[in-house]
Amino acid sequence: MENSEKIDWPKINQIIEKYNVNREALLMIMQDISDMYNYVPPEVIPVLVERLGVRKSLVYSVATFYKTISLEPRGKHIIKVCTGTACHVRGADKIMDALKEHLHIKEGETTDNLMFTLEAVRCIGCCASGPVMTVDQETHGGLDRATAVKIIEGHNKNVT
Amino acid sequence: MAKLENREALEELRNSLKIATQEKSKRLISLCAGSGCSAYGTAKVHKALKAELTKHGLQDDVEIKLTGCHGFCEKGPILVIQPEGILYPQVKEDHIPNIVEETIKNGNLVQSLLFKDPASKKKISHEHDVPFYKLQKRIILGNNGLIDPTSIEDYISVGGYSALVKALFDMTPEEIIDQVKKSGLRGRGGGGFPTGIKWETCARHDGDRYVICNADEGDPGAYMDRSLLEGNPHSILEGMIIGAIAVGSHEGYVYVRHEYPLAVKNLLFALQSARRLGLLGENILGSGFSFDVHISRGGGAFVCGESTALMTSLEGKPGRPRAKYIHTVEKGFRESPSLLNNVETWANVPVIINNGADWYASIGTERSKGTKIFSLVGKVVNTGLVEVPMGTSLRAIIYDIGGGIPKKKKFKAVQTGGPSGGCIPEQFLDMGVDFDELKKVGSIMGSGGMIVMDQDTCMVDVARYFLDFLKEESCGQCTPCREGIKHMLQVLTDICAGNGKEGDIELLEEIGDVVAKASLCGLGASAPNPVLTTIRYFRNEYESHIRDKKCPAGVCKPLFYYEIDAEKCTGCTLCALKCPQQAISGEKKKVHHLDREKCIKCGICYDSCKFDAIVIK
Repeated sequence: MENSEKIDWPKINQIIEKYNVNREALLMIMQDISDMYNYVPPEVIPVLVERLGVRKSLVYSVATFYKTISLEPRGKHIIKVCTGTACHVRGADKIMDALKEHLHIKEGETTDNLMFTLEAVRCIGCCASGPVMTVDQETHGGLDRATAVKIIEGHNKNVT
Repeated sequence: MAKLENREALEELRNSLKIATQEKSKRLISLCAGSGCSAYGTAKVHKALKAELTKHGLQDDVEIKLTGCHGFCEKGPILVIQPEGILYPQVKEDHIPNIVEETIKNGNLVQSLLFKDPASKKKISHEHDVPFYKLQKRIILGNNGLIDPTSIEDYISVGGYSALVKALFDMTPEEIIDQVKKSGLRGRGGGGFPTGIKWETCARHDGDRYVICNADEGDPGAYMDRSLLEGNPHSILEGMIIGAIAVGSHEGYVYVRHEYPLAVKNLLFALQSARRLGLLGENILGSGFSFDVHISRGGGAFVCGESTALMTSLEGKPGRPRAKYIHTVEKGFRESPSLLNNVETWANVPVIINNGADWYASIGTERSKGTKIFSLVGKVVNTGLVEVPMGTSLRAIIYDIGGGIPKKKKFKAVQTGGPSGGCIPEQFLDMGVDFDELKKVGSIMGSGGMIVMDQDTCMVDVARYFLDFLKEESCGQCTPCREGIKHMLQVLTDICAGNGKEGDIELLEEIGDVVAKASLCGLGASAPNPVLTTIRYFRNEYESHIRDKKCPAGVCKPLFYYEIDAEKCTGCTLCALKCPQQAISGEKKKVHHLDREKCIKCGICYDSCKFDAIVIK
């Protein structure tokens, strides 16, 4: 997202209106923007400042405080490996290691082709099916190293 | 459906719904669509089921109900055929033709698909006979398997909103508070503060009072709140409205995790349908009382589960806690008196109002009343949500309901209370679980996570894991929490890496003491718990790491290696085939050899060997 022409401004305005231009909804507005682009593009921030009548520092502090918001571009697919306690004792580390090796990235990083971002998440509440990961909106349970890699390969195939 | 103008209209609706259900008297298939079962493929099963019923022309005679979480998540997707209550666990698409043909059409059981009790090795056909359910008391979770969470009619037909009617028309706010006080209900979110006293104090302070539901379930390993929100959102809403009547509030908020999309969706739907029927909003059921609820989605910050942080977050700011010399019931959200309770606490309220405080107080122990939902996870056979009366023993929960430890491994500890809780060893298994007993052994109830650990879990690594979690989640405002946790984590990381030294244990205890005493909020105050309890009960494991440079559980990679036990190895070749590094060699039916130079200690051989021939050294 290099230039602001690519940003769907009417949609951004719609989101702000949906929350009644309420400054208390700043986090939710950014979450909705994040759902569109997988991150909050920096061009949006001055608009939030102006429309919501908040300080720029507040927008940045909210964006950096909460984990669901990223100011850096992320991959097309977001992989979240659950590292909650139940998954941890069932071997979540092994799943994370396997994916790191497969994608050649570290935790929190995005592949060079902007296809995948690999993140750790603390408990998504599917503890019975652990180890668990989510790829975008889909949850995959009962994983081992091989099945986890296979699921990612499946996503890669779908796009090429 | 039109707005209900008065209590009679609601009762009329309830009766007509009941009659309609009786008249239909058709078969009902309830399929769990909670997040756990969905991860195992509920959507595919649902599709296959619809198609198969249509194929047999049964689509009008058999109703499919997608329900919330049944709790038996280990065996998902769960399918129950009503009215008999026939249970088919772990259902897959290709099981469907068989189930429809045999059970639905011919009334026979499909033996091969029934639940097999791992303890007795017997097949069990009906849900109520499964030990996992049989030993529970499901006064809060019970309706989850019966109702479609997106149907307010379903909730009303099982008696929903009758407590609201009682609170609106038959009770004064004082009487409601009195009932909650007498019931002995204590906050289910962690602290265990008496709910009734909280309500009473809030009602006493003037201002625009707010009623808030804490649905920022952040404890890893606990998911009962998610299951209630997804499976029975109206019960929480009803509790909140009753709370609002009691303290005189007209606006409420549910602060729910963004990571729980289904919970957000079902809750939103519940709000809309309650407004449509006049059970929420202006002039509820013609009583003159008005109250509405908004949803606020959290941003994945664990500290926002703390009351003051949550309220700051609701105001659209970074959720940092503040010192609580003025309580939130006096000055909370928007500097106004705010009544905050956890999801499960709110869901208890209608049950108390309906059945009376005396009935409720007859369940549980002297100072902990009612039931508690535990999420039983980790190294246990039946993972899932377990609702039992307070005071039930750990042994009954883990062994009788949970089915014990899988793969004949040995129980080591159970961790309760989330990251700030403690690890309880075997010697306390017969302890009855309630707020006070858990505290006595150095742990806490927290929100009810119960993570079972076996011989393969390293307690030093567990302590390190929790501190790593808390280091990330500390908001960084106060020094003891920010720096103390970081330093404790450094010491633990060194111990796990084989760089531990004499005096480390004492150092951990000392820093832990300061962090607990000097931190600003509950996160820091309880952060040393996992370290201190593991030192208290598993000091020998710390000592093996520090002195012998050994990790007895085989978790801390620099501190152990795998070896093949020549006496036990049968030469089945399974480990050699599975090893990703080709580190294992050997001929068929001859003892294998493991090359330690090539081994990356991934543990695949250890997990796959059927003869326990791979040993940790």
